[in-house]
Amino acid sequence: MAVQAATVTGRGSSGALRGVVRIVILVAILGFVLYPLLWMLGSSLKSPTEVASNLSVLPTEPTWANYPDGWSYIDGISFGRFFLNSTVIALATVVANAVSCLVAAFAFARLHFRGRKVWFAIMIATLLLPSHVLIIPQYVMFNYFGWVDTPLPLIVPRLLATEAFFVFLMVQFMRGIPRELDHAAKIDGCSPYGVFRYVILPLSRPALVTTAIFSFIWTWNDFFTQLVYLPSPTSYTVPIGLRLFIDSTGQTSLGPMFAMSALSLLPVFLFFLAFQRLLVQGINTSGLKG
Amino acid sequence: MALTTAHQSAGAEANSATSGRPARKPRESGRLRRQEGRAGYVFLSPWLLGLMAITAFPMLFSLYLSFTNYDVLASWDQVEWVGLDNYQRMFTEDPSYWHAVRVTLTYALIAVPLKLAAALGVALLLNRERRGVGLFRSLFYLPSLLGGSVALALVWRAMFSGDGAFNDLLSLFGIEGAPWVNDPTWALETLMVLAVWQFGAPMVIFLAGLKQVPTDLYEAAAVDGAGKFRQFWNITLPMLSPVIFFNLVLETINGFQGFTSAFVISNGTGGPVYSTLLYTLHIYNEGFTEFRMGYASALSWVFLIAIGLITVVFFSTGRFWVHYSDGEN
Repeated sequence: MAVQAATVTGRGSSGALRGVVRIVILVAILGFVLYPLLWMLGSSLKSPTEVASNLSVLPTEPTWANYPDGWSYIDGISFGRFFLNSTVIALATVVANAVSCLVAAFAFARLHFRGRKVWFAIMIATLLLPSHVLIIPQYVMFNYFGWVDTPLPLIVPRLLATEAFFVFLMVQFMRGIPRELDHAAKIDGCSPYGVFRYVILPLSRPALVTTAIFSFIWTWNDFFTQLVYLPSPTSYTVPIGLRLFIDSTGQTSLGPMFAMSALSLLPVFLFFLAFQRLLVQGINTSGLKG
Repeated sequence: MALTTAHQSAGAEANSATSGRPARKPRESGRLRRQEGRAGYVFLSPWLLGLMAITAFPMLFSLYLSFTNYDVLASWDQVEWVGLDNYQRMFTEDPSYWHAVRVTLTYALIAVPLKLAAALGVALLLNRERRGVGLFRSLFYLPSLLGGSVALALVWRAMFSGDGAFNDLLSLFGIEGAPWVNDPTWALETLMVLAVWQFGAPMVIFLAGLKQVPTDLYEAAAVDGAGKFRQFWNITLPMLSPVIFFNLVLETINGFQGFTSAFVISNGTGGPVYSTLLYTLHIYNEGFTEFRMGYASALSWVFLIAIGLITVVFFSTGRFWVHYSDGEN
């Protein structure tokens, strides 16, 4: 007993030292990870004379002036417009992705029909297809429809379950729902549509929430497609609006630039705070359990 | 943005291969089966339409365009078939093309391994920790959510400018820095730092993988006298190899698709002196700044084939070093 206690404490003290070293390293890495974000926040509160080259996170004389300055930085259009445009596109994408990907995933995960395996393999292949490869022909097509400078090229493809990642995520989720429930519903006379409506839809809520969150964040942060399809300032979204800060490299615009950058990240950050557990799980969903 | 896209694809293929069709109950009538077959295509129809209209048709269309001199400004009857001219121009006449290839390869070959090494290192540290793991994991993951945005690229641009915060830091140690983002030798490196900074997403996946390694393997190894390093080399790495493979494939493909940071830091030019001209940026500039859409389509197709080849190479070499424990038990 005494011997055992001694070895345990012996291991404990060297283990404790290692533990302290580990924590110190982790905190140091955390500093590196968080510094750019804190620096952006701090700089958004700095006065023009202070902002240019300043390592420190804390402003000496905090001022909110950068926020109203940045909000109306672009002549004639306020950032409010950009935020509105971004919100409309992001929310429409959330709904479109959730509905279309759920429907497609149900077919892949639960229904037996000819050619299912082939279609599923094609869906997986499209996961790896870079969006940059399709942008030219899609642009030509949407331009022909007269959709350029409207949100349609950003939303309509999403209605057709083109975000294969979410289809896949939901297929994996549905495979975890017991098949006995489907059989029971069928015995009670449910058609495949009934199974979808009364069994799969209510049980797929966690996958729908994950899809909604990731759809929102990715659309909110998206730059490439919005840059291509939204050429005129009134239809700009937040990322495209932020880009306008680059053209003027004068030091006075750095403060407003930081202010609007920080503001643009706020919705994503709030999602992160509210759903961090779901987000981390979302990355881990299946595929890894094998 | 594309950083977190398609996190699960590698696992998908493993899964689709193993999930067989479950045995069908003989009682179910042919009528029900036909009803289900029809319902399958009803539910699949939006996706099928999307596949045809948004993916397959544009791909073929862009293949056609790549053999023409199409630009979006001209009318259709002015479009001329130019044969392989675009491809010939790409490989022999376009001065930016080989810069774009070199910059993209350099970026992916350096940033991806560094990012994965950081992710694995931090995951190993966190895996040992008992308390506070959740908080650390969430905070480390935060950059993966924010890092692809224009806002962060702007922050990077300011931090690594000639009179930015990074040079302030260096001057504390008496080092005279460089104008980083405006310096052809260093601009791409600042983009790599931004990529490595977002190590959180692969780290989360590594952490989940580490949790799956059976602890009795380590106990048995310790009894046999294996030290920490040998345990890592002979147990952790092989057991983790499927997850490493998965992360490597995804991060490489994402690495080739970097765009936002390069665009913002160089203000769309890929400069200074081609130093940040990622392939995607070259496609964008040719297509949407120069309006050479036929040529940009040719660029896209070569890009697609290159990414396809890289994926094939990954999956065909994977079996030599990826260890799946199920197969042996």
